[in-house]
Amino acid sequence: MSVGPIIEIKSLQKTFPGQTGKITALQDINLQIMEKDIFGIIGASGAGKSTLVRCINFLERPSAGTVFFNGHDLSMLSDKELRKARQSMGMIFQQFNLLLQRTALANICFPMEIAGYSKAEAKERAKELLELVHLADKANAYPSQLSGGQKQRIAIARALATNPKVLLCDEATSALDPNSTASILALLKDINEKLGITIIIITHEMSVIEQICNRVAIIDQSQIAECGEMAQIFANPKTQAAQKLVFPEKSVSAQFQNKAHSIRIVFNGNSSFEPVIANMVLTCKAPVNIIYADTKNIDGKAFGQIVIQLPEDKTSAERMIHYLKARDLAIEEVGEIL
Amino acid sequence: MSSELILMMIKGIGETLYMTLGSALFAYLLGLPLGVILIITDKDGICPHSKINSILGAIVNIVRSFPFIILLIAIIPFTRLIVGTSIGSTATMVPLIISAAPFIARLVESSLKEVDKGVIEAAQSMGASTMQIICKVLLPEAKPSLILGSAIATTTILGYTAMAGFTGGGGLGDIAIRYGFHKYQNDVMIITVILLVIIVQFLQEFGNRYAAHCDKRK
Repeated sequence: MSVGPIIEIKSLQKTFPGQTGKITALQDINLQIMEKDIFGIIGASGAGKSTLVRCINFLERPSAGTVFFNGHDLSMLSDKELRKARQSMGMIFQQFNLLLQRTALANICFPMEIAGYSKAEAKERAKELLELVHLADKANAYPSQLSGGQKQRIAIARALATNPKVLLCDEATSALDPNSTASILALLKDINEKLGITIIIITHEMSVIEQICNRVAIIDQSQIAECGEMAQIFANPKTQAAQKLVFPEKSVSAQFQNKAHSIRIVFNGNSSFEPVIANMVLTCKAPVNIIYADTKNIDGKAFGQIVIQLPEDKTSAERMIHYLKARDLAIEEVGEIL
Repeated sequence: MSSELILMMIKGIGETLYMTLGSALFAYLLGLPLGVILIITDKDGICPHSKINSILGAIVNIVRSFPFIILLIAIIPFTRLIVGTSIGSTATMVPLIISAAPFIARLVESSLKEVDKGVIEAAQSMGASTMQIICKVLLPEAKPSLILGSAIATTTILGYTAMAGFTGGGGLGDIAIRYGFHKYQNDVMIITVILLVIIVQFLQEFGNRYAAHCDKRK
């Protein structure tokens, strides 16, 4: 899947002047984003992720360190060259940021006007893009006449207008309802596959990362806490920041530690969506206590996790672990087995 | 009402509209760019420049503090330099423009301030230059608000034309003061005031409707 790093961030630092000295927003950030990646950057609000995404297209200039885009050091570019480079990096936002006095079609034409396309050319491409985002019938609608999900689709079409290599998504689904979120994520995945565009997703929701990212970086207190393949981090979160995100409820992992015999079963898409726990209980003929469960069915594959408390009886417990392992599920003990 | 009086009123309406709309037009030629510069050089603007911003801000405030009647007299030499005379409707437009331009700059500034920062950021992320952001984002997005502002500016200028009598500028306000106030011809005064009310009503209503028509935010 990976071809080469399209974006490389080296020891990046960003500080803002504050009332009591400098405020560090980002510290020693090193990231490599490969071509065609869907790269997730996740962190709590205030962790610095929005600043990080703005450093990638230099809407914020880093205080130190370098950002390479397609092999070019962005800090070495002139203003004109930087503007040109930005045309190869589309961006979408939480609040959509459409021009409210322009129709959907004219919004999509906007970046092409900036890039100097002819009017006819821009209009034609805008129509194609409307088809791509399934809103061909809304060409003449104004943003105020569109729903949140539709606005974000127009924003995506607009961001793709100048054929960018990278699409930066800053909390693109945070203002949307679950249904719109799912359809926007599906659209992003589709774009990644069809057009081969590298996508960088900034979010505070693990479910967003889970659904479409192949790689993820967890940002915590201005630093990258953990970075790697999505499946790996999800199955085996090493840092506390990562664990907090994988278990959505606060301190839920600490809570499990008190439960004896608890194990966490991770569904990372390797198994089909079937009633594993029920089958296990039937096979092993012993009851389990489900402490926590959060799974979803994506294209017939199971994603998510279940935490169960195994029976006191050691042989049954071992049989269950054996059963789960035989089904290629990752298992992690979260409580001590007596 | 004598036909002489009617002729005088018609001439007055013509002079008032000429001074008002002419001054508004030229005042916008100065005030609009000034307002744009004020907004973009602001510390949160797209082209921050605190020195230019504070100097222009100070000039705007100073000119705006001058009472119009004093400005009118104080700049007579300048007026003469520009239009060749300090008397008549055209000469009156010079102080009107100078006094209205900074006011308009502030109106424009406050209209442009309403444009969502996120939309400007989106334009920047697409590689838009400062000029492109001004022409394609700031001004078009603020259009309804700018139109409302221009209705306010125009009606304010209309009020000031009443003082044109001092420089022989004519217009309805001048008629009201000369005939109504100095010669106690109440009927003339009342008619001119009614005419002024109608003109202001018309300008304001036109501005409101046009702004609403342009506004696609609903």
